[in-house]
Formats: sequence, C-alpha cells, structure tokens
Amino acid sequence: MAIQQLSVFVENQKGKLLGTVKALADAGINIRAMSIADTKDFGILRLITSDNQKAMEVLADESIVNTTMVIAAKMEDRAGALYQVLQILSDAQINIEYLYAFTASEDFGAYVVFRVSDAAAAQEILNAHGVATLDDADIIEI
Amino acid sequence: MGNYYQPEIETASREEILAIQNEKIVKQVKHVYDNVKYYRDLMDAKGVKPEDIQSVDDIKKLPFLTKADLREAYPYGLLGTDLKNCVRIHSTSGTTGKRVVAFYTQHDVDLWNDCCARAIVAADGSSEDVCQVAYGYGLFTGGFGLHGGSEKVGCLTLPMSSGNTDRQIQFMMDLGATILCCTPSYAAYIGETLAEKGYKPSDNKLKAGIFGAEPWTEEMRHSIEESLGIKAYDIYGLTETSGPGVAFECCAQSGMHINEDHFYAEIIDPDTGEVLPEGSKGELVFTSLDKEAFPLLRYRTRDICVLTREKCACGRTHVKMSKPMGRSDDMMIIRGVNVFPSQIETVLLNEGYTPNYQIIVDRVNNSDTIDINVEISPDQFSDIVGENQAKERKLESAMRTMLGIGPKVHLVAPKSIVRSEGKAVRVIDKRKLHD
Ligand SMILES: [Zn+2]
Repeated sequence: MAIQQLSVFVENQKGKLLGTVKALADAGINIRAMSIADTKDFGILRLITSDNQKAMEVLADESIVNTTMVIAAKMEDRAGALYQVLQILSDAQINIEYLYAFTASEDFGAYVVFRVSDAAAAQEILNAHGVATLDDADIIEI
Repeated sequence: MGNYYQPEIETASREEILAIQNEKIVKQVKHVYDNVKYYRDLMDAKGVKPEDIQSVDDIKKLPFLTKADLREAYPYGLLGTDLKNCVRIHSTSGTTGKRVVAFYTQHDVDLWNDCCARAIVAADGSSEDVCQVAYGYGLFTGGFGLHGGSEKVGCLTLPMSSGNTDRQIQFMMDLGATILCCTPSYAAYIGETLAEKGYKPSDNKLKAGIFGAEPWTEEMRHSIEESLGIKAYDIYGLTETSGPGVAFECCAQSGMHINEDHFYAEIIDPDTGEVLPEGSKGELVFTSLDKEAFPLLRYRTRDICVLTREKCACGRTHVKMSKPMGRSDDMMIIRGVNVFPSQIETVLLNEGYTPNYQIIVDRVNNSDTIDINVEISPDQFSDIVGENQAKERKLESAMRTMLGIGPKVHLVAPKSIVRSEGKAVRVIDKRKLHD
C-alpha cells in the first residue's frame, strides 16, 4: 500500500505559509514529512501528517487541499542506496515527478518519498526487489 | 404567452405605444426646458425649441447628454423639480470617476418599481413567490429597485442585500426562496458555495434568477442555471435612467424588452452621433418620457447593442435590446487592441474555469502588459508544479487567440479576488499612475 500525501495551495503572500502551519499546530497535528515547491505565482506545500483526515478538515478553511498517493521507501544507510532504488524504478519505466527525504523518529531510518505516475506499480516493483515501503498505518506509528 | 404585470401596456400595438410616446415626449421636453437650465442652454445652443418636438421622430433634433455632462452638472444641475418634491437619491459607485447622483420623486419611484415588477412577472413571478433580493441596498440602485418591484408584484420579499453568503443560503433554504435577484457574479458565487456545502441544485426551491448590473455572457448564464437549477433572466438599467428595469428579459431569453412607455431608445453611431436604422449595432441612447426629478433627454449609455422589433414568443410588443456587446467604459485599449472583459470571461468558461478573474493592466518600459489572475477550484489544482504551469500556458494560448494579444495568466486561490457589493472588481488599470 502506498501512503497518502496532502498538497496544499499556498499563496505567495506574507503570512500565508505561517497561517497554514499554525492551523496544523493548533489542531495538534504532527508533520511527519514535508517539502515545498515554490513557483512564481504560488507554493505547493506537500505534507505527510500524523492525521491526514483532520489536517484536511483544518486546512479546508485556509486553502485548497488535494490528496495524492506516494511511495515512502526505506533507504539503507550506505553509499549507493538511492542509486539502487532509482535504478529499479528506471528499469521498470516508472517516471518520478518529484521526491523528498525524511527521517523517522522511531528507528532513525532514512526514507525517500517518491511521487510517481503509478504508485501501486512502483510499490510492487520495489517490494519485489526487497525495498521496504511504508503504508498509512506505519505513518501513525513512526 | 405568459403573465404580464401591466398587460394593456406590455402587449399594446405599435400604434398604441407610439401614441403614448408622442404624447409624453412633448410634455417631457417642455418640463426639461422649463426646469433644467443646463439642458435648456444645450437646446438653445443648438437652436432647438420645445415646440420643435412634436413626436418621437423629432427626438433626433435634441442635443445629447453624456456622462461628462452629468459630472459637470453634479449635484443639482440636471434636477427637474424642487428638492422638496424629491423623496430619494441613488448614486453610481463612482469607480470610473466622480459619482453621478440621481433624484427621484414619489412618481419616479413608482414608475421605476412598476418597471421592476414587469421584470419579475416576466420571470414567472407572482404573489405566490418568495423573492430574495441579494443586490446591495443603499446608494446602489439594485437592492431598492428589485425590492420595490417585488413588493408591487406581491412576492414575499427578503431584503437580504449583498454579502454574508452563509446567511443568504440559510434564508434561501429555510424560507424557500423561489426567485433570486443579484449580480450574476454573486449568483455564481452563491452557486459555488451551495455546492461546497454539499447541496445539489435540486435541494433549493429557486426557479428563477434576475441578474444584472454587470456584463455577463451566455456561457455564464448556462453555468449559473446549472449550478442553481433555475432559469436566469437578464435585466438592464442605469442609475442615470432610474436603475434596473429599464429593460428586462422574458421567457424567450433572447434580448430584453425596453419599457417603451417610459423610455425611448435610439441606436447611434458612437463616432458621428447619427441615428442608425433599426437592427444596426451602435450606442444605445435613452430619452426618459415621464420623469419628474431626473429627466434625461438623449442620454448616451456607452453600451453597444442592437434593437430588434420582431414578434416575441412572450406576447410583449416592446422593442428588444440585445445584451450589451461591450461598453466603451469597460473597453481597454492594450497595445492598440480593443479588449473587453467579457472576452476573457468567455475563454475562462470555455476552458472549465469559474468566471472569477481580475485583469491587471500596467505599463513596463513603455509597453502595455496584461496579467489575468484566475481563481482555481480544488479539482484543477495539482501537486505537480509542471501541471499547474501547463494549465496557465494553455489559458494564455486560448486568451491570445481570443484577444489578439498575449496576457500572462496566474492561477490564484479560490475566493481570493475581492468582491465589493457583490460586484467583482474586474479591471485594475495601473497605467494611469504613470501618466
Ligand atoms: Zn418577450
């Protein structure tokens, strides 16, 4: 199973990012992983949280929130680990739109989030090659 | 065929209407000449005397009035009666310069309310209906105009004014509003908000909407009709000529019947001032026929449209005006090209966007720039940068085809474009700051 990521439309205006993050803080939602893409007109804040359902409700008043399925793959702590994973995806003709990394507090493990065209296929091929991936239940634990 | 508020007038023969007009114009011109010095001077300068006007055919001899005259005569220069006879004023929003203040006697208010009542009955309104008036109340004519008409028809009238959309929706649902009167952009906004709250179009009791006070397109009509589950009727008017109700749409939804017993309409060539033959496209000019406080003769509206007199399915005989195709006030000249906001709206609706947009015109290094901010909906927003940019580029390309010049398009958050009095601020022209 892939995991759910929230994408939040953040206007390029003073205080907009602050307001978004504050709404999450006030609701007691922990941000597990995040990245932000800034374009000329607006930012796209991508989040994996401890409670996506609640986060969506809280953020709906502030802005647009969409959900996407992404893969969170565990990386071995050695040179060449990311290269190996990318090679597997490349061989399987799976294109990556973007990726970002985070560390889990539970096992101090390094994870890379992949946004690909077909999350289910990517998950399957990675698992088949012995690469561990997280599912939504894991996100609550880590 | 349908119902009429004043059937004997609304379905009168051409001869009967002409007889009414000819009788009224003689009195109206004399009233103006005797009481309005500003216009008397214009007539004298042109060498026209009240006796020269014996029928509506003679109206073409009279001098024009323009918005510039109204500004110059501000505030009392065009007043046709003693202030003590006046019971009300209304005023334009003054977005394009000095305000225009219009005065009303009780007779003028009654006449105006009758016009709005005709519009409501033409939209299938009766004393059985609950009419939600969500035009702004106040100096703006929209609220009071439709309110007065609604009470004349005997509808249960909800004087909501514009704004506070949650409350609008609560009253709409709880009191079962059947007719909604507001600006088309506010109607679209109410439709969006209803959908956001999880209501289907069939959940409300609305059957008709009477929308005006700003330009809107056929595409916008379809999208509002769909989102609210109603039939949407256009209504036309200017503060200068009393307010909404000068002309209104009937069930045929193909042009607006002008209340010809109160207003005489001409189409002129905007450059030469020459009266054009019936069916020609040109500037609409109104002459009031029985106003007391603010009688305007040959007032140039700046609206470009066509008048047609073919038989209408609704049975009304009054001449129909097309939806204004553009307004010289709204027209922007950008890099030498004429651009109307309605063209931009058409592209947005064709491309599946809401008609919520703002145009920003500026001048950089002596060259005009046009930027269009477009509100997006959640299903149009992507987590991938390139996909959002591709949407902007696609809109830019469609705009370039429609306008003949290339704007920059920026996607912005929903509801981020400011609405005032329920009327969106469509154009910000910063070029004037540099002059
Ligand atoms: Zn008709």
